[in-house]
Amino acid sequence: MSEEGTSKPGRRQFVASCLGMAGSAGVLGLLLGTYSEQSKARPAWAIRPPGALAEEDFASACVRCGLCVRACPYDTLKLAELGDGVTAGTPYFVARQVPCEMCADIPCVEACPTGALTKELKDIRKAEMGVAVLTSRDTCYAVARGANCRACYLACPIKDEAISMERRQTDGRGYFEPTVHRDKCTGCGKCEQACVTAEASIKVLPRDLVRHDRPGGAGKKV
Amino acid sequence: MAAVTTSTPSARGFFARNQWLLARRSSQIAILALFLIGPWFGVWWLKGNLASSIFLDTLPLTDPFVLLQSYAGGHAIATTALLGAITVLAVYALIGGRVYCSWVCPVNIVTDAAHWLRTTLRIGANWQPRKGTRLWILAASIGASAATGAIAWELVNPVTMLQRGLVFGLGLAWIIVLAVFLFDLMVSRRGWCSYLCPVGAFYGIAGKVSLVRVSAVRRNACTDCGDCFRVCPEPHVIVPALKPKDPTASPVILSGDCTNCGRCLDVCADDVFEMGGRFGKGVKSINS
Repeated sequence: MSEEGTSKPGRRQFVASCLGMAGSAGVLGLLLGTYSEQSKARPAWAIRPPGALAEEDFASACVRCGLCVRACPYDTLKLAELGDGVTAGTPYFVARQVPCEMCADIPCVEACPTGALTKELKDIRKAEMGVAVLTSRDTCYAVARGANCRACYLACPIKDEAISMERRQTDGRGYFEPTVHRDKCTGCGKCEQACVTAEASIKVLPRDLVRHDRPGGAGKKV
Repeated sequence: MAAVTTSTPSARGFFARNQWLLARRSSQIAILALFLIGPWFGVWWLKGNLASSIFLDTLPLTDPFVLLQSYAGGHAIATTALLGAITVLAVYALIGGRVYCSWVCPVNIVTDAAHWLRTTLRIGANWQPRKGTRLWILAASIGASAATGAIAWELVNPVTMLQRGLVFGLGLAWIIVLAVFLFDLMVSRRGWCSYLCPVGAFYGIAGKVSLVRVSAVRRNACTDCGDCFRVCPEPHVIVPALKPKDPTASPVILSGDCTNCGRCLDVCADDVFEMGGRFGKGVKSINS
């Protein structure tokens, strides 16, 4: 800085200090923002409670209070701890461990103070927590071995509507295939929990991960 | 809060010298206990955590700073959360915004412990961020929330991380709490609460109007011992009330930075300070 400026040293110092602070705040904001963007990624095994807004809206809606977790009568919901891989403080459940029991009065939605779990969901059967997908046809007892396993089908609270056993044939070999109907499946995860194979052959996935227009996908017959 | 009555300076016992500190710790622990008796003993008086909770299944309480970030992130207003935030704001606007910091926040126990250890070990190294840094962090948090559509500060906030952790499960959040402890211990004297934390900055702004205030009513009795300045987490707030340039100036501490912790009342052997109202009396003479 040149000395012949008209501004007093006091003011110049003040301006410089303000600029410095604003710059630091800007850097901090960018770092926070980057971390914030990154934290919107959610692993596919973490299922949000019924009525949860789409993930990009959920990030600003959920204040991480855990009231939905407290409201859940089956201890299905967990509040993510730092290190869980899910944004800390947000609610989720792991279908394989404790699936959603689909309470008719949806207490978790009722408890949410911010509408992150939207009260527009009145009928639990309209919930879209995820959608079940037969992820491993080559390990599914019914498909791969032609066994009479119907564990997923029997576990489904909306059986015959959300999941049905469809008769199929491959190379003259007949079998029944668990077939998910996307428009009826809520993603409660009862099928995934019930699956008898070591790693579940049927899994609930976030809806946006699942395509349904290809053979083998849920909801379409081959 | 009644004014403290103490006996003569020489006769002040342990309780008289620590009553505000003890009351404050009791308050911090009691509030935490209210959240914990649910999960521990099934007594659900207070559900949720400091971000948002519901008292006796009727009264919603929401942290206004978290909600402000939520709105900045583009979330639509929901009645329950908004009512909860207004309630909380109203309470703190009455009793002092930063009462949150000194009477509620669990991190205060951590940073007070760090400060105690720092004093005991005589750690002198001290990097002081500029005053006002926390306001910029506050602005950055809201800016980042607006830019990314997420509640940005909650991703790192040690306050809610610790409190939520104690009530719902800590995970790795202890690392963040340890970082705050070590920062206050080794790097910066009272660095977190007095310079960086945007939650405190927010409540400081909210509490600018508050009615409950500490007042240096008997400042004429001050012997310049400096005890209050040494214990105060925000010593700059004392100066205009205790040592004003204008001798007729009000003895009431009006800065939003004051946390109403009352520690100055505890340590002052000359009984200079009182907890009272904003529009309280002027300076009391020392004819007693």
